[in-house]
Formats: sequence, structure tokens, C-alpha cells
Amino acid sequence: MSHLRLTTPGLFSTIQDLGRFGYGAQGVPVAGVLDPVGLRLANALVGNVDGEAGIEFCGLGPGLVVEAESVRLAVVGPARPILSRDGAATALAVGRCHLLHRGDVLALGAVNGAASAVLVVEGGFDLAPVMGSLSTFVRAGIGPLGGRPLVAGCMLPLRRDRASEGPLLALSAPFDHGRGAVRVMLGPQAEYFTETALEVLASAEFIVGRDADRMGLRLEGPRLEHKGEAGIASDGLVRGCIQVPGNGQPIVLLADHQTVGGYAKIATVISADLPRVGRMVPGDRLRFRVVDLAEAETARNALERAIQSARSSLRALAGELDLDALYSANLVSGMVNGETP
Amino acid sequence: MRVKDVGDTAFAVDFDDGDRVVALYDAIRRVGPLLGLVETVPSLRSLLVIFDPLSISRAEMEARIRGLADRASDGDGGEGRSWRIPVRYDGPDLDAVAQACGLSRTRVIDLHAGRVYQVRMLGFMPGFAYMGTLPEALRLGRRGEPRLKVPAGSVAIADDMTAIYPWESPGGWHLLGSAEIALFDQTREPPALLAAGDQVVFVPL
Repeated sequence: MSHLRLTTPGLFSTIQDLGRFGYGAQGVPVAGVLDPVGLRLANALVGNVDGEAGIEFCGLGPGLVVEAESVRLAVVGPARPILSRDGAATALAVGRCHLLHRGDVLALGAVNGAASAVLVVEGGFDLAPVMGSLSTFVRAGIGPLGGRPLVAGCMLPLRRDRASEGPLLALSAPFDHGRGAVRVMLGPQAEYFTETALEVLASAEFIVGRDADRMGLRLEGPRLEHKGEAGIASDGLVRGCIQVPGNGQPIVLLADHQTVGGYAKIATVISADLPRVGRMVPGDRLRFRVVDLAEAETARNALERAIQSARSSLRALAGELDLDALYSANLVSGMVNGETP
Repeated sequence: MRVKDVGDTAFAVDFDDGDRVVALYDAIRRVGPLLGLVETVPSLRSLLVIFDPLSISRAEMEARIRGLADRASDGDGGEGRSWRIPVRYDGPDLDAVAQACGLSRTRVIDLHAGRVYQVRMLGFMPGFAYMGTLPEALRLGRRGEPRLKVPAGSVAIADDMTAIYPWESPGGWHLLGSAEIALFDQTREPPALLAAGDQVVFVPL
């Protein structure tokens, strides 16, 4: 059997795919990666289908040993992977495919500048889906490997015993996640808020609070006042809903959000901006801009075109070690930015 | 019925009446897979319809759901299953509830066990079924101090709803008793025992 064996778990590492759909009516959150664009691009780099599951790691990535003849893998996101082979350490670039061999040791390092990064392997992990998905929802222990975060000693079985032949692929440019105001559509309960609150939402700067996690981002900033009660008859939620409890401080819901909730939702982040919001970390500043459905649809189509374009313009690398040596030199002189492929 | 945007990937169909939520939820399930429909989430007075905007336009999805809602309102609902769940009425809040409601313990138990509840929605945690509605005489707000740990299987009430905690979790509801029942099992299909529209009777042990 071929595996990746975890030597250290990192701060919070879980197996995630694009989410577990179809169980919301049973109270089961979708979960899935915080940054679906990152996972999709990583899968493209190793030749996987879009939604193959990978390891999502937050804060500090795990360390692992390759227990397979060879494996192709890719990391996307602001991590600092270091490969140890035959006693020599080399920094590996993110945003490209690497070929690793039996006994290679990979430390994924610190994640700086975004909430998470992902690692995927060619062919994917040989794990049994739970309720149709390999996403992990830790709070109810739903997912592969007991639905828990990865721990030291975890054996992650690989579907392939050895890597395929052929050139290694790299992103031709770092993916542009967009900047400027985060776009939202008002509702579903905008009418619960004062005119002032709606103006504040569209103009003020908010800061991502300290206790951001996979459930959501608590934002700090001016209070969003309700006209009356903050509570509603509980209704269904999607990722991106901005719910506002009685204290007037908004919460942007992310991957692990509950399926229903009892607080009024002033607005909802459009789907094109969800990957970007999923990357945010405490201290990040953001503003919102209200758009209509037509603009949201245009934005989503543009995001899909950008992902398609990144996938169709992957460049083939000439060789593995030479380039790595170059990147290593860059790292030593502090030139590598986490997104450089 | 009123349709509201929930971003560009979902809309909520709101009703004045919870029965119509369940009727539409059932009608959508009965027609089988709809192109572009991701899933629906029923709640107290609303059905959330989540779709894939890359597969179907919002306008087209809404038209299909409206068509189903028109037929569903003709009142065939009631496909839910019926459950009788044995309950040991030994909860830590039984006396406090009796006192707050000005009733005897026995009367609280009789009232709670003396009616048929309908599952209105699942949420909060996987398999957590909100069942309504509670007799007027038992309606209390949530506890002033939520518990950090409510044991799995706790039978609880708050506002006009009753529920059984499928998991040990924090919780602010009043605990009347306990039931030994696997409300959620991820190896089962469907994993949640109860579904929106099901009818539940509690049988005192």
C-alpha cells in the first residue's frame, strides 16, 4: 500500500473537497475547502478532476513522509514547503507540481497571508467518501478518518503507487483573487435593518476579528442597527450570508456554517467573491459593495473564465531539480512571495 | 408565497404557513433530480432553494419551483412518517419548568407527551429536529444561562418547539427527559432519523 505518513499534524489540517451537498435538510453543513479556487487549481496541476479532495491546512502545515515509489503533488496557497531528500533541504515552490520519491520528507511550513493552503496528490487519496463527500466537518465528526483533524501518524493512502510520466505543470501566473470591495447582494432580511445600517454596510470599513474560523468571519466595525428585533423565524443559510446578531456586529458565514439560523441577514456575499472571503484572516480589512443579481452573475461567469484560463495556460516545466534550486536560492534571499509559482 | 434573493446561488420561498413549506419540499423531492438544483433546506416558514448558477439561470429555477409550488399547494402534503419515541422524563429542568409554568411535574409530562408534533426543520447540528408546536402552557424562553454540555439524547423544550439533542453539545433549552435513540448515524442512508414533515409522539417510560 502506498501512503503519505504524517509526522506532524500542523495546526489544523483536514481532508476537504468542494463540499458535501444534499444533506442540508438533515442539518449537515456543506463544509469543504475555504478556498475552492485553490483546490481546483491544485487539482489541475496534478491532472486530477476539479473536486478531488486534498489536505487543507491552516496556520502551520503538516510534515509528511512519502511511503510510495513516487508521487506527484502540488501545493496552492501561501505556504512554505521544504523538501528534505538525502539530507539536503530544498524549498519547493507553490503553484506547481512536484515529483517526490519514497523517503522524501515534506514540511509544508507556515501559512501566511491567507487562512489556508491545500496540498493535493495525483490520483487523490484512497479514502471512502462519507455521505458522498470527503469533506471533514469536525464539530460532528463527519468525514473520512473519523471526521477529525489529521494527527501525527496518520496514514493517508494514495490511489496511485507511482507517479505518471510526462512534464510537470506550473501555473503561468499567480491567480488573481481580486481586490477592492467585496460584492454583496442585499437580503434576505435587509428590511430588518435601518436605512443607516444599509448605508454603513455599503461604505464602512470592517476588520476581520480574532476568532475567525471555518464557520465564519466575525467582523469588527460600526454597528449595524436593526429596526427592531435581531431574531427571525430560523431559516436556511448559504455560505456568504452576513448575519447580524443583536450586538450589530456582522458575521460572514463560511464553509462550516450551520444549515439554518435565527438572526436577520442583511446581505449575502456573491459566489464570485466567496473564495476570496474564504482566504481572509484576522486583521484583514474589507469593505462591501452592493450589486444586483445581473452583476453577480456576470462576476461569477468571469471567475469561471479566469479559472478556465489558468487551467488551460499551465506551463510544462523542463526539469524538477534545477528549478527548485532556483526557487531555493530565492527563498534564502527572501525573494519568494507565497503566491509565486 | 414570497421569493427572496439569498445571494446569486439561492433564493428563499417564504410562506405564512409551515405546512406549505413541507408540501413544497416534498413536491420537489418527488419530481426527482432537477437540472441545476443543488439542494433545498426547509425551515419554519421558508424553503431555501440552492442552485448552480452555471447550470441554470435564477429566473428559470424560480419558474420551475413556482410551478411545483402551485401544484403542491393543492394540499397532498402529509407524506411524513409517524414515530413513537419512548422518553424517560427525568430531565434536570423538569421541576424548574413545572414551577415556571405553574404546573405539577405530572402535568408537564402529560402535556408534553400528550400531542402529536410535526418536524418543522433540522438544523443547529446534524439530525437536530425542531418539532412543533408545544402546548401554550409549556412555552418558555431559553434558559438564561445556556449549558456548556447537554447530553446526547436529552429531550428539551424552548419557545414553541421541542427537540432531542442528537449530540452532546452546548444548549440553552430546558431539559425534560432523555431518549435512547440514534438520531443521526452517518453510516445510514439517510443519516438523520427524522425528516421535515414527520410526525412524532413521545411515550413516557
